[in-house]
Amino acid sequence: MTIQTLEPILREQPFFYGLEGRHLELITGCAKNVHFEAGQVIFREGDPADQFYLVREGLVSVQFVIPHRGLTTVQTVGEGEILGWSWLFPPYRWHFDARAQQPTRALAFDAECLRKKCEEDHDLGYEVFRRFMFVMVERLESTRLQLLDMYGNNA
Amino acid sequence: MGSLRAVSPEALQVRNSVVIERECFAQLLQALADHGYEVIGPTVREGAIVYERLTSTQDLPLGWSDEQTGGKYRLKRRDDDALFGYVVGPHSWKKFLHPPLQQLWQAERNGKGTRVLPEEAQARPKYAFLGVRACELHAIAIQDKVLLEGQFIDPGYKSRRENLFLVAVNCGQAGGNCFCASMDTGPKVTSGYDLALTELLQGDRHSFLVDVGTKRGAEVLSATPHREAADADKQQAKRLLEETTRHMGRRLDTCGIKELLYRNYEHPQWDKVTERCLSCANCTMVCPTCFCTTVEDVTDLTGEHAERRRRWDSCFTVDFSYIHGGSVRATPRSRYRQWMTHKLATWIDQFGVSGCVGCGRCISWCPVGIDITVEAAAIRSSDSVKPTTEAEQGFA
Amino acid sequence: MLEQPEVVTAGLVPDPMLPTPYRIQRVKQETDDTFTLELLPEDSSHKFSFEPGQFNMVYIFGVGEVPISISSDPNDAPLLKHTTRVVGTVTKAMRQLKRGDTIGIRGPFGTHWPVEDAGGHDVVIAAGGIGLAPLRPALYRLMAEREKYRKIVLLYGTRTPEDMLYRHEVEQWRGKFDLEIQVTVDRAASAWRGNVGVVTTMIPRAPFDPSNTLAMICGPEVMMRFTVMELLKRGVTAERIYLSGERNMKCGIGFCGHCQFGPTFVCKDGPVFSYVRIASILGKSEV
Repeated sequence: MTIQTLEPILREQPFFYGLEGRHLELITGCAKNVHFEAGQVIFREGDPADQFYLVREGLVSVQFVIPHRGLTTVQTVGEGEILGWSWLFPPYRWHFDARAQQPTRALAFDAECLRKKCEEDHDLGYEVFRRFMFVMVERLESTRLQLLDMYGNNA
Repeated sequence: MGSLRAVSPEALQVRNSVVIERECFAQLLQALADHGYEVIGPTVREGAIVYERLTSTQDLPLGWSDEQTGGKYRLKRRDDDALFGYVVGPHSWKKFLHPPLQQLWQAERNGKGTRVLPEEAQARPKYAFLGVRACELHAIAIQDKVLLEGQFIDPGYKSRRENLFLVAVNCGQAGGNCFCASMDTGPKVTSGYDLALTELLQGDRHSFLVDVGTKRGAEVLSATPHREAADADKQQAKRLLEETTRHMGRRLDTCGIKELLYRNYEHPQWDKVTERCLSCANCTMVCPTCFCTTVEDVTDLTGEHAERRRRWDSCFTVDFSYIHGGSVRATPRSRYRQWMTHKLATWIDQFGVSGCVGCGRCISWCPVGIDITVEAAAIRSSDSVKPTTEAEQGFA
Repeated sequence: MLEQPEVVTAGLVPDPMLPTPYRIQRVKQETDDTFTLELLPEDSSHKFSFEPGQFNMVYIFGVGEVPISISSDPNDAPLLKHTTRVVGTVTKAMRQLKRGDTIGIRGPFGTHWPVEDAGGHDVVIAAGGIGLAPLRPALYRLMAEREKYRKIVLLYGTRTPEDMLYRHEVEQWRGKFDLEIQVTVDRAASAWRGNVGVVTTMIPRAPFDPSNTLAMICGPEVMMRFTVMELLKRGVTAERIYLSGERNMKCGIGFCGHCQFGPTFVCKDGPVFSYVRIASILGKSEV
């Protein structure tokens, strides 16, 4: 059976733009297609962060369980966006819940697989970390705006 | 000197120059009253020369002068009996043209409905301002720009302004805080007056050179005994003004001042001046061009009668810039910066002229003697920020 | 309060400080702190027209006056709608009013959204919180002449789903008109199935062509600044970005000096500003 490689799919994701062919190949080796139903739990707080995801289609909520408030969504991750960076640093555990809001297709990347390849090939490591850095900076900036609670009563 | 003769009204023209003797000054005041004007002019009160209603020449500050410097104003006696031997005091003509408290309208609500009644045309005053200095003429023209030449017109200001008779006075001395020469607003009166006087004192001769500015001015003047001005009179007046120009108490370099202030919003001088500024708002009250007001809506106890009043306000108050829950200019630093930047810079973009006429009142009446000319010079001297981006260069 | 069956307005002086009486037709609670008044002039022959983005000074008898953007359809004038939050004495008193009560209106004042300049362009409308209210008249105008514009995208962010304005109407627009509507909230309970995150995060992927877009933004100042940043990052021309500003106002007509924002008066040079005009003062502390 011919397995269609995922490489062309990765190549068309803006997140991977500019990657050298061999780097893309290495990353693809850790990737697989996944699919979630609307409402399906992708992972829970405390679970081992053994993968991260690139959403191809759909919407995922990042949520916290707050006893008296119930599940509170602080962010949603959509098409083309990355879900999860807890896989980068020990203890490699998720710090929040993730739930699909809509039927969602994503690429899932094996964390250990990619960490190992980054260790072996620091050039690859640089490319991966650089892209994650960018994602985190953007998330941090928009989280700060959320923190400002700018629509509040004294906005 | 020609002999005194009353010249027929038709003979007096705009741009004529005549001389009236000191003894006849009262007749000028009388002529103003005869024409239905309420004469407002300088008088001594509470240790200062202020603007009030005058009933006779004796009300004027005969033989008085003033000594002004940073945070200081004192009257002192002259060794002559000049009528206008001083500069400007805490009042400016905006006290009458743009009054500190005005009723805008009243409204009534009863069983039949709500009625809004505009300010009655009762007190449509007819003022004659006696003793308007060159800087003050400019200040009035500047307030005209704000209240008459924008998209909306202030009807109260318009009627007070239309009925106004202006007797200007060329300054025979420069005050300790004066810098009209820097602002190009004096000391010579150039336009915007009905009559312009220059007081001439020489030995025991005491007279006034009078320039006729308008037909209305000619008409009022015609009843006062006068003679044609001789060259000697005109020369004396010219020399006086040159002396005055040479003795300005202060100077302000206006070259590129707008851009200078626009690129120095974060200059350390603002912190320095804040150490002294009390946000007391004196400067805005005495400044002849400051026009900011607020609106008060009040009601009586029954709740059936409401009034709207307009009252002077100052950008130095914390509330001035309040919007939902806080003030935009919460610190005194930002408020001083706002006032000075507005006066010398943004005013130019808003109205095409500087907001400052160099009268020096803000310097005299600041309790801690903050001097706008010193502040501007301080910023200029350490303006090491050269414009690098379009943003810093100022506004389009 | 007292019965007010009829109103007489005395005053022939064209004084811009004199309010015109309007009668409340309807009071609608929009969210827990926001409400809309629907008004018609007492004098049915009174002519009133306005452009999207303009505001009125709204007077409550004996209490005071506040500037509020007009949020009704310009085609429905002289019917007026004003949506406001309860933030102070005047708005609190306004909230107590009922159908049939009278309030005073002075206006319309200020500059307007440049809808007429958007012909042939994609239009991005970015609204934050109550900022949708001053933009709604622009949306009505755009929808009324839909064929003049290419893509129209509405990006709307609020604090929570419960704080959304005009929910029902927004859903109607989604269905009826060729509009792309994306909504997001700062945080939500799990029942919310939509986007969560600040409105600026929707800009990178919204379906418009930055090289041919006119943008109109209204919301808290910090939201507008960052929205401008995202639009510029995406390649929208600075000259085609417009914002609606707000400052303390006591007169609305350029006399009282309170609304100054740098060299501009928000009441007459705004409230709608082109971004380039205020770029150098936007975000400057305490200006």
